[in-house]
Amino acid sequence: MNFLVLLAIVLLVIAGHQLLRVIELSRGLKKTKEWQITETDNNMMGKAMLTFMIFFFLFFFWQVNRWMDRSLPPSASEHGVKIDMLWDYNMYLITVVFIITNFFLFWFAYKYRGLKTTKASFITHNNKLEMAWTIIPAVVLAFIIIFGLKFWNEIMEDAKDPNRVVVELYAKQFDWSARYAGKDGKLGETDYRQIDGSNAMGMDTTDAAGFDDIANIKNEFHIPVNREIELVMRSRDVIHSAYLPHFRAQMNCVPGMITTFKFKPTKTTVEMKNDPYVVKMMAGINAQRAKFGKDPVEFDYLLLCNKICGASHYNMQMNVIVDTEADYNAWMAKQKVFKSAVAAK
Amino acid sequence: MATVKNSELEKEHLAHHDHVHDHDDHEESFVSKYVFSMDHKMISRQFLITAIVMAVIAMTMSVIFRMQLAWPGEKFGFINAMLGDKWGKDGILDPNMYLALVTIHGTIMVFFVLTGGLSGTFANLLIPYQVGARDMASGFLNMLSYWFFFASSVIMTASLFIDDGPASAGWTIYPPLSALPEAIPGSKLGMTLWLFSMTLFVVSSLLGGINYVVTVLNLRTKGMKMTRMPLTVWAFLITAILGVLSFPVLVSCVVLLLCDRSLGTSFYLSDIYIGGRPLDNVGGSPVLFEHLFWFLGHPEVYIVLLPALGITSEVIATSSRKPIFGYRAMIGSMLAIGFLSFIVWGHHMFMTGMNPFLGSVFVFTTLLIAIPSAVKAFNYITTMWKGNIQFTPAMLFSIGLVSSFITGGVTGIILADSTLDINVHDTYFVVAHFHIVMGLSAIFGMFAGVYHWFPKMFLRMMNKKLGYVHFWITLTMAYGVFFPMHFLGLAGVPRRYYTNSNFPMFDNLVDINEIVTICAIIGALGQGVFLFNFFYSIFRGEKAPQNPWNSNTLEWTTPMANIHGNWPGALPVVHRWAYDYSKPGKEKDFVVQTVPLEEGEQDGDSH
Repeated sequence: MNFLVLLAIVLLVIAGHQLLRVIELSRGLKKTKEWQITETDNNMMGKAMLTFMIFFFLFFFWQVNRWMDRSLPPSASEHGVKIDMLWDYNMYLITVVFIITNFFLFWFAYKYRGLKTTKASFITHNNKLEMAWTIIPAVVLAFIIIFGLKFWNEIMEDAKDPNRVVVELYAKQFDWSARYAGKDGKLGETDYRQIDGSNAMGMDTTDAAGFDDIANIKNEFHIPVNREIELVMRSRDVIHSAYLPHFRAQMNCVPGMITTFKFKPTKTTVEMKNDPYVVKMMAGINAQRAKFGKDPVEFDYLLLCNKICGASHYNMQMNVIVDTEADYNAWMAKQKVFKSAVAAK
Repeated sequence: MATVKNSELEKEHLAHHDHVHDHDDHEESFVSKYVFSMDHKMISRQFLITAIVMAVIAMTMSVIFRMQLAWPGEKFGFINAMLGDKWGKDGILDPNMYLALVTIHGTIMVFFVLTGGLSGTFANLLIPYQVGARDMASGFLNMLSYWFFFASSVIMTASLFIDDGPASAGWTIYPPLSALPEAIPGSKLGMTLWLFSMTLFVVSSLLGGINYVVTVLNLRTKGMKMTRMPLTVWAFLITAILGVLSFPVLVSCVVLLLCDRSLGTSFYLSDIYIGGRPLDNVGGSPVLFEHLFWFLGHPEVYIVLLPALGITSEVIATSSRKPIFGYRAMIGSMLAIGFLSFIVWGHHMFMTGMNPFLGSVFVFTTLLIAIPSAVKAFNYITTMWKGNIQFTPAMLFSIGLVSSFITGGVTGIILADSTLDINVHDTYFVVAHFHIVMGLSAIFGMFAGVYHWFPKMFLRMMNKKLGYVHFWITLTMAYGVFFPMHFLGLAGVPRRYYTNSNFPMFDNLVDINEIVTICAIIGALGQGVFLFNFFYSIFRGEKAPQNPWNSNTLEWTTPMANIHGNWPGALPVVHRWAYDYSKPGKEKDFVVQTVPLEEGEQDGDSH
């Protein structure tokens, strides 16, 4: 098989070479050199530019039409709604700029293609025009900056809500663990030197504040709807990134550092499963899965790792369940506190 | 060195020239002519051909990992043939090798092709030619610059063949992943070789960069005022200054990482438990590494881009038979981009745990860069307006560059906005953005340069029709590869995932990945047309005439023979700027820079 491919390549090269010999020989008979740009070339390429532009724009709209509803569902967090709105305005703006400038580029390439009758004008600059296209982008960008920073400051403000739920996410190659502050509302101190089998999150076993913590939550963690969630993040080995795309939340987990991100979920997992956008999206996903012979799945919020962290980076995930307050409390009541977990051992 | 003036070198040269004529025994050995050459034209060709070889390696890698992404778990004889049984067992790509491939693909493309290859080739070729100099200020340093580049390329390529595989922590090599051999096999010997290779690369880049700056400042011929220089030279000058100021920071960044790896220091490491034991390192911070890395890393984007923009300015003006629109605005915007590029690096770090207030500052500076960039794009388009466009293959690629510069540039406005970056940071939206705005634009600029100056480099012409075929395949397939990636990003797909099939939420994106990969394969095969055209034309292309594109710049006044010292007699004297195309009252539609101004004729853009 490999030999045949090799043979085919060799034959192709020989054929190409022979063809070029013929072209080379016939070239000697012509007046214009092969490399010289003729009116025919310019005409052809100018029209090709115009054609390309049309297909380029068609390709763009085809993609939007076909793939836009595979984007992430509308945000399930309070600040995410603002991000989505800002995103949309910015997207409309750049789409307009993208189309207009590309249009002029390819249109001019076509219109001013060098035919026998074409003559170039000697134009070196135009101060008014240049001022206009410096100032207009500057003004538009000023608005983008102002709105962007306004939202940014709100989103990144320290969590202050006294009623918030503090969840610690602890990343390691290649899984996540979660920890909740217990009744005292305080997460216990940590010490990476104390990590061992029963203390996988490296809690400081001498800190009483940690005794009532609910630690070592694996595979999925629960949060209540409509309450502020403060994520506190650590890493055990390399940099990871906690990415919760449905909530428009992301922050790196950096060894030696504690990072935070706060958000307020607005839809429970159950509500999200019934959201029309999500229903349609899951139908598409399950149709594709059926083709691969895989079982259908239901929607779940996810925590992904979004910073290269090693061989299984692509499979570092955890489910996030957004519950009603009552369900959340019921789930929490079933979890074991850290000290009893240690004592049990 | 700064005291070396053109006039002194000139006396020396003319004396030498006479001497040669007297004895007629000046024969160069093979080694001094082709290997350890100190001639800027030969060094330029050495850079170009090395970069082409590296580009083919990096492109092949991209085809392999694209096949994995579109058809995960499928068995490909091609993958087994390329990677062997260890990394491509049964034709399935190993996950560690996947990360190694994306790492080395990025490293080679960014540094070896688009920095070394682009600046090394064209700054070397064009600076002496276009400012009217005999050669670079220091031919010896220039030669060293190439050989350090070569050594660095050899080490990087050799690292592909070692037992544990090459570096695989991503081209940004963030520690601790890159610092700890327990974290990933690529952080054993492979990472050491990567770090050595990059250090040599920086040495090469500095030797070249200092030479470019000195040559432009000191060796301009009579009449070549700064404001008469072609925009190519301006671009190379600003690029070289950026490189000289930012590359040393990469070395310090890399040396500290080497210390952490080998000497037990803790610059970047703290509180780590790996391989079943806690490490002693305390007090370091990976965020420090990120600051140092991106302090080079962001100017690097413009080190890659500016030469391509310079080449495009020259090609678009020449091929539109029109002066470049807004010559002074073009210089001003390049200077502005160059300055701003040093104070925007933090926009790579909005989500790293850096203080959000610091992030706000970087949002502001980053969005400012959009202004000079927009000015450049508008100026290109307006240069074509009312022109008489001659579609050389170089012109096609230049138009391609302007298109990709816009298309990729506008998504930069989104990513520079820290609020919007939260949800697309490190996703395919970013991959799409930087491949289009930086990768495509720079490589299109490089192709434009090769097609335009091939006659100067190899004294023969490339085949035009093959150039056309190459352009259309490249442009359409490039957009076919990178445009759909935006939609993967909108669906939240993280970059550097070995496969997306472990997340049901990405199952409906299979067809997007297939389209991307099919376009990548066709696009890669299409580069065969270029490779054939390039190497065939070196030996069998038609003989090039003196000034095939009817261009104004000085390189086209030298004889079509690669002679030492470029001009056989005295150096040319410059009387006008480089853009007198279609000037009213002139016999032809171009006026070479050496033609004296007529009585009462205005020079430059003072109309």
